[in-house]
Amino acid sequence: MSMQAHIAEPGRAGKWVRTVSGWFAGRGRTLVIAIPMLWLLLFFLVPFLVVGKISLSEAAIARPPYLPIWNFEDGILTLSLNLGNFQFLAEDSLYFNAYVQSLQIAFFSTILALLIGYPMAYVIARAPARLRNLLLMLVILPFWTSFLLRIYAWIGILKTNGVINNILLSLGIIHEPLVMMQTNFAVYVGIVYTYLPFMILPLYSTLVKLDESLFEAAADLGARPLTIFLSVTLPLSVPGIIAGSMLVFIPVVGEFVTPELLGGPDTLMIGRQLWTEFFANRDWPVASAVAIVMLIVLVLPVMLLQRTQPDEAGG
Amino acid sequence: MQRKSRLVLIAAILGFIFLYAPMVSLVIFSFNKSKLVTVWGGFSTKWYGELFQNAQILNAAGLSLRIAVISASLALVIGTIAAFVLVRFGRFRGRNLLTGMITSPLVMPDVIIGLSLLLMFVAMQNLIGWPNRGMTTIIIAHATFGAAYVAVVVQSRLRDMDLSVEEAAADLGAGAVRVFFDITLPIISPALISGWLLSFTLSMDDLVITSFVSGPGSSTLPMVIFSKVRLGVSPDINALATIIILIVSVGVIGAALAMRKKDMPHG
Repeated sequence: MSMQAHIAEPGRAGKWVRTVSGWFAGRGRTLVIAIPMLWLLLFFLVPFLVVGKISLSEAAIARPPYLPIWNFEDGILTLSLNLGNFQFLAEDSLYFNAYVQSLQIAFFSTILALLIGYPMAYVIARAPARLRNLLLMLVILPFWTSFLLRIYAWIGILKTNGVINNILLSLGIIHEPLVMMQTNFAVYVGIVYTYLPFMILPLYSTLVKLDESLFEAAADLGARPLTIFLSVTLPLSVPGIIAGSMLVFIPVVGEFVTPELLGGPDTLMIGRQLWTEFFANRDWPVASAVAIVMLIVLVLPVMLLQRTQPDEAGG
Repeated sequence: MQRKSRLVLIAAILGFIFLYAPMVSLVIFSFNKSKLVTVWGGFSTKWYGELFQNAQILNAAGLSLRIAVISASLALVIGTIAAFVLVRFGRFRGRNLLTGMITSPLVMPDVIIGLSLLLMFVAMQNLIGWPNRGMTTIIIAHATFGAAYVAVVVQSRLRDMDLSVEEAAADLGAGAVRVFFDITLPIISPALISGWLLSFTLSMDDLVITSFVSGPGSSTLPMVIFSKVRLGVSPDINALATIIILIVSVGVIGAALAMRKKDMPHG
């Protein structure tokens, strides 16, 4: 009986969905779909095509500062595609280095966030229920405060006459202030700090679902704590590790604020390079080309990878 | 076993200290008399006074608040409709396109969204003379990424929701629009509130996308903070940070308490 009810469930949902779509049959239905569809086409998809178009045009001292790629004169349409911007990116090692360093910083930040975040997520997941919500709240709270101000806080801590140097100097541990600001060290600290909650939350939601009896069974069979961790806990938390790593890795690749405020002139990151091309050099076509390469090299593979992953939210 | 779990506990405690030390230092030095932000010169609240005299910061905060309220509301409408269409409309042409477009802003780097929207706005202005860069373009940009977050939150709520209530209302003769407004919306209202708050916060916080699409005379709070911070630390920014941390803490703790009260009867 209960089996049958269980089987009947999806069918009922399906019928209801059909009823709802029935209500919104014809013009009303199209109209409702059209609202988000048109908005996103206009303000999300088409803008990428515009970027693609401008990446193929030539920079010019004009308003807007680029030449049109098609020209209609004397009844003849001339299309002048200019691959010079991409050639420029390929020839100037600055951009290649920026891409490589972005990937490198994103990769190591993800690892660091995982190493710091995993024990935190583990302790929260194993804490008594009352304490658990409080600890979760403590993880989420920084996320609601300003990202910019959290980076700013680190300037005060890391700079030459900042908190860390003052403490170490007054304790006599060091006699010269350490140079931490405007280094890649500061960039790592800032990035790991701001993205840590994004790592902890998915890890927590995987770890909290793990069945306690698995550990007991493993312990009863004589497994040592480290063995239990490596052979039971860690493999079962892989979905959380993947989700958290994605949430950290992808946005960090395009990061601008942290390298700009905490990094030095040799902290090359591609998001910062795009910003400089656009705001300092006013070279819109090259900025567009940087964006297109970033999309093709970094964003598309990740999106495709995500599509092949089983859809967790759908379950 | 004991020693191992103690090590994990210590690691977790260090992690929490890492999360909170910078915020504590921000708050402490906001009460510092000395202009050298990180050298203690005695207790003072003068930076708060200076903050409230700073017309540039106050104007920017006002503009940011207006943009955040309008864009979050717009994001709520667009995101909720998108979520409803994706969960309840079954198959339709362009479904995959809509799914892709609504989730992509979540993983797209800010610099790319900012650049592409700006180029779009410039192209539109050349074609139809609208929109002028400023508050309007910032609102459109924020509503677009806000809608993505709203859609994710509302979609999962719509999926979890018990359909029998909607069906019952329909059996009793309520029409589609009536069921949506009288039954569905109230049931998913917690998701609507958290979606709105999320897009409001993201809008208040955004620097990169805003810098691309804003125009002359429309500097938001993050833009003003960024230009000040670039020049070095200044104590009135600490005062501002302390006020923001206070507001957020009260909000988050209040929300947690409200949720706990609601959960109580169920155990």
